[in-house]
Amino acid sequence: MEQVKSNMVLDAKGLACPMPIVKTKKAMKDVEAGQVVEVQATDKGSKADMEAWAKSSGHQYLGTIEDGDVLKHYIRKSNDEEKAERKHPNVANNEEFQNKLHANENIVVLDVREEAEYAFNHIKKSISIPLGELEARANELDKAAEIYVVCRTGSRSDMAAQKLTELGFSNVINVVPGMSEWNGETTSIGK
Amino acid sequence: MTVNVMTAGEVAKKVINKDALFILDVRNEDAFADWKIEGDNFDYFNIPYFELLDGVEGIMEKIPSDKEVLVVCAKEGSSVMVAEMLAEEGLTVSYLKGGMKSWSEHLEPVKVGDLKDGGELYQFVRIGKGCLSYMVISNGEAAIIDATRMTDVFLNFAESKGAKITNVLDTHLHADHISGGRSIAEKTNTTYWLPPKDAEEVTFDYATLEGGNVVTIGNTAIDIHALYSPGHTIGSTSFVVDEKFLLSGDILFIDSIGRPDLAGKAEDWVGDLRESLYTRYRELSGELVVLPAHFMIIDELNEDGSVAEKLGTLFVKNHGLNIDDEAEFRRLVTENLPPQPNAYQEIRETNMGKITPEEEKQREMEIGPNRCAVR
Repeated sequence: MEQVKSNMVLDAKGLACPMPIVKTKKAMKDVEAGQVVEVQATDKGSKADMEAWAKSSGHQYLGTIEDGDVLKHYIRKSNDEEKAERKHPNVANNEEFQNKLHANENIVVLDVREEAEYAFNHIKKSISIPLGELEARANELDKAAEIYVVCRTGSRSDMAAQKLTELGFSNVINVVPGMSEWNGETTSIGK
Repeated sequence: MTVNVMTAGEVAKKVINKDALFILDVRNEDAFADWKIEGDNFDYFNIPYFELLDGVEGIMEKIPSDKEVLVVCAKEGSSVMVAEMLAEEGLTVSYLKGGMKSWSEHLEPVKVGDLKDGGELYQFVRIGKGCLSYMVISNGEAAIIDATRMTDVFLNFAESKGAKITNVLDTHLHADHISGGRSIAEKTNTTYWLPPKDAEEVTFDYATLEGGNVVTIGNTAIDIHALYSPGHTIGSTSFVVDEKFLLSGDILFIDSIGRPDLAGKAEDWVGDLRESLYTRYRELSGELVVLPAHFMIIDELNEDGSVAEKLGTLFVKNHGLNIDDEAEFRRLVTENLPPQPNAYQEIRETNMGKITPEEEKQREMEIGPNRCAVR
């Protein structure tokens, strides 16, 4: 079974509706904005409800993995990232970035979303380093490479682009908005 | 104030009596849009239960004080929670016992007629899903046609009538619901009849039901004449019972006709469908009472809750029987078809005996409307 990283695991196994959602709603108060909760449930109806509830409450439903009788739902707590002001000057929109990908140029695509977000939907060529780990793992990247940074809306990637520039990377481009409006090819866990 | 319990049977009575009811459906919006409890005088408000976890104050003004209120969810749990919250706000409301799950499984037996030798014909209206099953009872024997998987209902009903089940028949291989036919035949050690052309892939033994077969129930001979009428499936067979009733399966409904596409062969079967409806049925007496295997909308129910109409009347009123132009008919039944029934491929495989899902899985597969017709 493939593993997806989360900040908290919530056991809602054996519970019938409405309890899986009631417990998830509570658990959301105990994690920080942007963190991922894994909800384990056996109620088959919980998938549709989890998706609908996340949409209505502003949280991000990432996906569900079926592990035998257990459904593992991944939800990321909402944050105000959309409102943050972007500062990194070098920006490409989705279309420009997609052209770049299609041209098969020698570029690096860095996805700075959480691992669970990446697991359920990402661009095949991309590599995953969540924003929180970027400083420690920047040495995995080539400072001279042309690096396109993606996240969901362009905010975390903006911060990542600034961080990389600070660390001496010379050719970093922030992709705006990124995966939330991405209609190009993607892949996911299990594919 | 107080929380009451309402059973699916009580709701079914309200549908048939055209009573008023206010339904607060707390399933999520997609589920509500797909399928709900239908009644002529029912009003609805849909808000998912998870919008109400912090309280129901926000919806109090949506709930009428002069109507009976029923809270409905998928399985019951959330409706109990919401009903209790409403009661705390001072309302008297009910929740639906077993939720939409039990609504989908409820069967309402309705007598549709007497037979010549004193026997009876019953229709089992699966009101939540639109499936119709039949029991022919005569002289201590019973035949069951197009049984649903709630087999106890049929077994208990036959017992209450003092009738021994002797034959079990399906008009065709169903794609919208799981047949109870094989299970009943096994439990009662009787013959299970299936049209062979629909049964080419089945994994169990059955008796081949073909045009011209006569199955006799009771010793004074209530005959069930099989009439080959392909189109919805290649094997679809109708029955003429006691020279009075036409069990039309999924070929002809009250306000619609069968769709030919559920086995992926719309183009091949449309000609058969037209032949069955426009030639074979035309040769039958207009006095026959058509008893279909489904209804689509609640308007198709008669005053007594039955779904039945004379064939002659349908030849006048049913749009699907009145399309002179063959090309137009072809378009109607192959283009702009409604979505296919939930899990219809898995349901077909279950009915062939290829897979045997657990009961919970079977319930889930059957969720939603039957969608076997085109109008």
